[in-house]
Amino acid sequence: MSKVTATESKPSSAIAGRFGAYGGRYVPETLMAALEELESAYAAAQADPAFTSELAYLLHHYAGRPTPLYHAARLTEFLGGAKIYLKREDLLHTGAHKINNCIGQGLLARRMGKRRIIAETGAGQHGVATATVCALFGMECVIYMGEEDMRRQELNVYRMRLLGAEVRGVSSGSATLKDAINEAMRDWVTNVRNTYFCMGSVLGAHPYPTMVRDFQKVISLEAHAQILEAEGRLPSAIIACVGGGSNAMGAFFEFIPDKNVRLIGVEAGGRGTGSGEHAARFQGGSPGVLQGTYSYVLQDDAGQVSLTHSVSAGLDYASVGPEHAALHDSGRAEYVSASDAEALHATVTLARMEGILPALESAHAVAEAMRLAPKLQRSDILLVNISGRGDKDMGILARELKLQGA
Amino acid sequence: MSIQFRHKPGIVVYLTIGDPDLATSKQIALAAIDAGADVLELGVPFSDPLADGPVIQRASERALLHGTRLTDVLALARELRAERPQTGLVIFSYLNPILRLGLEKFCALAQEAGVDGVLVTDLIVEEAEEYRDAMRRHKLQPIFLAAPTSPDARLEQIAKASEGFVYAISRTGITGTQSQVADGAQQLVERIRRYTKLPIALGFGISSAAHVAAVGAFADAAVIGSAIVAIIEKSTPAEAPTAVAAFLSGLGVAPVATGETLAIPS
Repeated sequence: MSKVTATESKPSSAIAGRFGAYGGRYVPETLMAALEELESAYAAAQADPAFTSELAYLLHHYAGRPTPLYHAARLTEFLGGAKIYLKREDLLHTGAHKINNCIGQGLLARRMGKRRIIAETGAGQHGVATATVCALFGMECVIYMGEEDMRRQELNVYRMRLLGAEVRGVSSGSATLKDAINEAMRDWVTNVRNTYFCMGSVLGAHPYPTMVRDFQKVISLEAHAQILEAEGRLPSAIIACVGGGSNAMGAFFEFIPDKNVRLIGVEAGGRGTGSGEHAARFQGGSPGVLQGTYSYVLQDDAGQVSLTHSVSAGLDYASVGPEHAALHDSGRAEYVSASDAEALHATVTLARMEGILPALESAHAVAEAMRLAPKLQRSDILLVNISGRGDKDMGILARELKLQGA
Repeated sequence: MSIQFRHKPGIVVYLTIGDPDLATSKQIALAAIDAGADVLELGVPFSDPLADGPVIQRASERALLHGTRLTDVLALARELRAERPQTGLVIFSYLNPILRLGLEKFCALAQEAGVDGVLVTDLIVEEAEEYRDAMRRHKLQPIFLAAPTSPDARLEQIAKASEGFVYAISRTGITGTQSQVADGAQQLVERIRRYTKLPIALGFGISSAAHVAAVGAFADAAVIGSAIVAIIEKSTPAEAPTAVAAFLSGLGVAPVATGETLAIPS
């Protein structure tokens, strides 16, 4: 995967929502009024104690925050290096960090008087969280999901339908997350006057990358205090998987000023380094515009977006949140990749060492921790974000592990 | 060269270049010009056409199957310019293929090819500062979209940033045909007129002689896209140019008298 050289052109940064050169708003004009309405409604909500206190109440009593920071003693012993802590977002209601963002955006949509919510989903965790919040608030819910993802995350499709959501399959392109976002944006541009688009990651046009990160930064707010309480010092590194990048932005954010804490994002290395075999944007991608934002994109030399592959549907995406692109270029965060096989191995290892079954997405972060921990001292601390639980992946695990003879 | 409308209303024809293949696209373009198209929008196929409906999505997929590139579209523009010097030629693209080629290089090649204007679907005025500078340096006319949801302040910015014509979107939504011209379209055109003397072309959902006549009552030009792309989809490559020409002739638009062309010099 040789790094493609960036073109000379960089869009200008006349408006807000920039992270260095990245981010911005690249959308059809029809959506601009809605984005401006969203931006001002979000600013008003942030300044309203009624909004922030209801958000805090629901995160605590409904979603189950704060989540534990757990010392994985057996895994630490097994790896024989750095002390490993797991941030247990997998214990949240609906099984992943996605609920943090959906409660926030659901409250915002209700404030804005929008009764119809649409969302895209990859692994289905964001779709489930959106369907859950729509049930809670009595809103109409339509979820767009690639047909390939519907097949491999079938349980989540049932869950969304059980919760009252309509799930619309998308067959274009590779029938995965990118195609679901295209279709959700087509719905939004058509029904923009009465519809709220609940973006599931730190992607899309401003204000989504900032807003979704704000709703997810509770992960690092808690983890920062928890690690100081447990150890009296900060960790050597934070490790999180990066698809769109919302759990990673949430896990990194409060640690960004702590320059001695390494921030490590783990992308999907898939099954190889060729085009279409992986989703490692920082290794095979270059700056470009996809679906509303300027960031790293896996693309060919004509600017057509490449197909991607990952065993985990949630990491299977051709671009990445623009704030990650800025953290990458500034060197503040490092981005590595873990292959399908490494993620599967990490899943089994964590299950057998700690009795914790991570989502295949989160297993990419565990895989990096397994590579890194033995190289560090016992005095080092690694904080790994377990963004979701693996219940949804049983079908894939049964199939893939059998193939690998595990 | 500048964009001129010689019919009332003017006719803008959108084609996805490379569908079904580059050679046929050229024949269709020539046939459309000879059947009365004042302006051709040369559509650059893109892998993720999120503003387009199923008809243009499928056309883009067909064009990409045999690797149609932005540079192929520019090469075609150059050939069309040589053969039909009077027709307005507009490159119609998503932003990413242009960024990949390089904004400066794209503008230089477009100018050299004799292109008049450029319309980028996912580039709003606020993000277009560098783009407009490059267009100005290469004497290209930037055309921006105006939407029914755009507040007046945005329409003013859009009208002031546009050259050649303003493209008004008849309704919220993606490209595709529909049974009648949307109700709010006339109101949008009237709102835009407060801010500009440029011709205003109305697009999205225009597919019949009745639609074009309705548009002609309040706008300066009608953009026909999906209806023509659908004809190309249903025709063999050999039939497509004739079928498109027959459709355009059937719209029954009248040429304006000599010297009355609706054109505003850039």
